[in-house]
Amino acid sequence: MQFPSFTSPHTDRPNSVRENMLWVIAALMPGAAAMFWYFGWGIIINMAIASATAVSCEALVMKMRGRQASSAVGDMSALLTALLLAVALPPLLPWWLTVIGTAFAIVVVKQLYGGLGYNPFNPAMAGYVLLLISYPVQMTSWLPPVMLNENPLTLVQTAMVIFSGVLPTDLTWDALTMASPLDSMRTQLDLNVTLSEIKLSPLWGDFGGRGWEWAGNWFLLGGLFLIYKRVISWHIPVSMLGSLLLIAMLFHFIDQDAYPFGLFHIFSGGTLLGAFFIATDPITACTTRKGQLIFGVGIGLTIYVIRTWGGYPDAVAFAVLLFNMAVPLIDHYTQPRVFGHSAENGGRSGE
Amino acid sequence: MQQVKNSTQPRKLYRFHGGIHLPDNKKQSIGLAVEKARLPQQLIIPLSQHMGEPAEVLVKVGDHVLKGEIIGKPQGYISAPVHAPTSGVVTAVEARPVPHPSGLPAQCIIIDSDGEDRWCELPEKISDYSAQEPALLRERIRNAGIVGLGGAAFPTSVKTNPGPDTPIHTLVINGAECEPYITCDDMLMRQQAEQVLTGAAILRHIIGADSCLIAIEDNKPEAIAAMGAAVTAAGMVWAEVVSIPTRYPSGGEKQLIKILTGEEIPSGGIPSQIGFVCHNVGTAAAVADAVLEGKPLISRYVTLTGSGISNPCNLEVLIGTPANELIEQAGGYTATVEKLILGGPMMGFTLESDAVPITKAANCLLATDSTESPSSGVALACIRCGRCAEACPVSLLPQQMYWYSRAKDLEKTQQYNLFDCIECGCCSHVCPSHIPLVQYFRFAKTESWAKERETKASDRARARSEARTARQERIKAERKALQAKKKAALAKKKAAEKEGGSDPKKAAIEAAKARAAKKKTQMAQEGVEPGNTENLTDTQQKAIDEVDSRRGEVAAEMRKDEEATDSSEQKGL
Repeated sequence: MQFPSFTSPHTDRPNSVRENMLWVIAALMPGAAAMFWYFGWGIIINMAIASATAVSCEALVMKMRGRQASSAVGDMSALLTALLLAVALPPLLPWWLTVIGTAFAIVVVKQLYGGLGYNPFNPAMAGYVLLLISYPVQMTSWLPPVMLNENPLTLVQTAMVIFSGVLPTDLTWDALTMASPLDSMRTQLDLNVTLSEIKLSPLWGDFGGRGWEWAGNWFLLGGLFLIYKRVISWHIPVSMLGSLLLIAMLFHFIDQDAYPFGLFHIFSGGTLLGAFFIATDPITACTTRKGQLIFGVGIGLTIYVIRTWGGYPDAVAFAVLLFNMAVPLIDHYTQPRVFGHSAENGGRSGE
Repeated sequence: MQQVKNSTQPRKLYRFHGGIHLPDNKKQSIGLAVEKARLPQQLIIPLSQHMGEPAEVLVKVGDHVLKGEIIGKPQGYISAPVHAPTSGVVTAVEARPVPHPSGLPAQCIIIDSDGEDRWCELPEKISDYSAQEPALLRERIRNAGIVGLGGAAFPTSVKTNPGPDTPIHTLVINGAECEPYITCDDMLMRQQAEQVLTGAAILRHIIGADSCLIAIEDNKPEAIAAMGAAVTAAGMVWAEVVSIPTRYPSGGEKQLIKILTGEEIPSGGIPSQIGFVCHNVGTAAAVADAVLEGKPLISRYVTLTGSGISNPCNLEVLIGTPANELIEQAGGYTATVEKLILGGPMMGFTLESDAVPITKAANCLLATDSTESPSSGVALACIRCGRCAEACPVSLLPQQMYWYSRAKDLEKTQQYNLFDCIECGCCSHVCPSHIPLVQYFRFAKTESWAKERETKASDRARARSEARTARQERIKAERKALQAKKKAALAKKKAAEKEGGSDPKKAAIEAAKARAAKKKTQMAQEGVEPGNTENLTDTQQKAIDEVDSRRGEVAAEMRKDEEATDSSEQKGL
C-alpha cells in the first residue's frame, strides 16, 4: 500500500494562533463589559467601528499584497487589535478618529511591516499614540463613571454624538465629559493640591478612579485567566506591575502628599489592561524569560516616570512602544544557557 | 564514584528544561503477549542498518544460507555485520526500497526462505562471562551485529569501548521509551526482565562500570515491577531500577542522564566523557543473547499500533521482514488509515510504501488516521510566542533558529547553537502557527554540512592551485639560475680559452675530429662512399659537435625538472 508523506511530528497540535487570539478576546470581555457598565454605549460603538475598520483594512491589504485575505482575517489578530484599541479610546470619540487610529494600526504598523508576526510595535498602542498626540483634546475627554454621571446618554444619543458630533439638547461638552482620574490628579498636583485633598473628590474610589478601578479588576481577572490558560506567562505582568507598585510605594513613602500610593497606579488608567493584554503581546514583547522580566520592569518604571514627571497623565502606550524598540537588544543579551554549555558565555556562542 | 543507593530510599531526581506531556496511547498495543511473527517467504536485508559504513556483501545469488550466518561483513570500525535471519537461498543482491526518511532505495540482500529456519553453527556459548576478557566479549558483540535498538542504531561494540583513558562509573539502561504509542521496550522488560538484566551485567563487566541505573518512565509500572523483581532475584546490588516521571523526551540519552544525576553531557560530547554509558533495554537483551547463546541479532520486538491498524500488538520480528506482512498479521489496516509512520509520532518519519523491510532500528509501525495525526496544513507566520523555547529540552531558542534558517544565515543559526538541537519535535508540536520547525533545523544542519564540505573542497582546490603557482615559479627561478650558471660557465670558458688553457669541450671536439678523420681514411681505404654526415669540413664538424654537446646539457636539465615536478606532486601539492 502507498501512503502520502508528511513531516514530523505526527501529533494532534494542541493549539493554534486563532485559538490563542480567541482566548485573549474572551479574556478581554469581562473588562470591556465593565467599561460598558461604567461608561456607557460609547465603548460598544467604538468596538464595532474599530473591528469593522480593522478587518476590512486587513483583508484589503492582504489582497493588495496578493495573499489570501481569509486566512489573515481568520487568525483573529486584527479583531483583537481593534478591540484592544477600542477599550482604550474615550467613549465619545468621533468615529473618524477611531477609524484613523485603527487603520493606522493595521495598515501602517502591522501590514507595512509584513503582517502578523513581523510588526515590531504593538499596533493598538501605536494607533492610540497617533491619536493621542494628534488629537489631544478629543483623546482626553472622558465620560464620568456611571455613578457620577448626571447625564447618561442612551444608545441613540451616544451614536449621534460619535457619528455626527451632535450633542443632545441642553448639553455641552463640558457638562458631558470630564478629565480622567489620572488627568485630574496630574493637574491638581501641579496646582499644589495635596493628595489627601484630591482624594476627597467623588471621582476617587478605593484604589483608583471610581469605575476605573472596577474595570481594572475585571481586566486583572481576565489576565489571570490567560495565565491560567497558559496563553501568556506571568513574567511580563508580574514584573511590570511589581516594579510600578514598588517605585510608587517608595515615592509615596517619601512624600505622602505629592506621590499617589502604589495601588492607585495599578488601578488607574491603562495599567492593568496594559500589563495583561498589551505588554504581553507575543509579537512585540521579549521572548526569553529573563528578557520578559527586564521588559516588564522597564515598562513599569517608564510608566511611573512619565506619569509623575512627564507630559502625559497616562503612559502605558508610550512605555510599551519604547520597550518594543528595546526588544531585539534585550532578547540578544538574555539568551538562556543551552544544555551542556558552560554558563560563562551566557548561552551565546561564537561571538 | 557513583554511590549505589538502597532501593528503599527514593533516588533524588532532577528535571531537564522544557519537554512536553503527551497523551500516552500505549494501552492499545499492550494487551497481548509478544508473539513471534510468521516466517515470511522473502526477507529483505539492507546492508546499512546502522550508523557508519554499510556492510560488505559476502554472498552471491544462488547461495544457500543458514539462519544466523553472516552475509555482510562490517567495513571499518564504525560498522556492523548483517546475518541471515532464516535459512534459504539468496535470490538477489540489489537496491530495494528501505525505511529511510529520504525514501531512496538502498542495497539489500534478498533471501527466499526455505521454511526450515535451520540454524548455522553458532559460536560457543559463554556461561561465565565474568571470567572473560572485555575485549573478547566486545568482539563477540561486534560479530553478532548488535547496534543500539533504541532507534539510533549505533554499533554497540563501539559504544562499549570508551577507551582506557575514559573511566566509566555508571551504566545506564534506558527503558524510558518516552514516545507515545511505542511499547516494545515495555513488553520486553515485562517478558524478558532477566535477559535484560543479564545483558546489563555483561555490559557493566565490559565497560568496568561500578553501578547500573535502569531508568523506566513511571507510566510502565509492570515493567518497573518486573525489572525490580529481577534485580532482587539476581541479588545484583549494583543495579537500581529508577522510576522517572513521564515527560517527553526523557528517553533521550542526555535528558536521561540529567534526570538521573543532574549532570549534563557537554555540548557536542558523548556520555562517556562524564563517565556514563547508556544502552537501550533491547540492546542489553541482544547482548545477553549474543554472549550467552552465541546468537546474532536477527530479530527484534516491534510495536504495531495506531488507529490505522486493526489489532495493535507487539511482535517478535525477524530483521528483513516486510512491513506489510506484519500489518497483515496485525489484522491489516482500518478503513480510516491515512499515514504510516516508522517510529513514534514525535521523531518518526512517514513511509511512502509498506513494502519495506523491518531493520534493526525499527521499533514501531504506527498507522494513524486523520484525527490522531492531522496534517498540519498551511503554516502561519511566527508570532514569537516563545512556546517553542519553553518546550525545548535543550534550552534553545527555536524561534530565532527558525528565523535564521529561513534566511539561510547558517552562521547565525550556529551561534544560536543549532547543532545542539536533538530534533525531538517538541517545538514543532507546541507551535501555534504550526511551523514545521524541526524540518527547518534539519535543513540548516544539512546546509551547514554541505557548506563545510564545500569550504573544505575549495580549500583543497586553493591549496592545489597555490602549490601549482609555487611550482611554476620555482621552475622559472631554477631555470633562471641555471641560465645564469651557464652564462658564468661560458664566460669562464671564454676566459680560459683566452688564456689558452685546456678546455674539455675543445678536447672532445678535437677527439671527434680525429675520429672523423680516421674514419674518413678508413672508408677511403675500404672504398666506401661517404654519407652526408661524413666527409665534413672542419667547420661543419665543429658546428655539429657543439650542437650535440648543447643537446646533452638541455636533456640533463629537462630530466632534473621532471624529477622536481614528480616529487612535488607526490607530496600531494
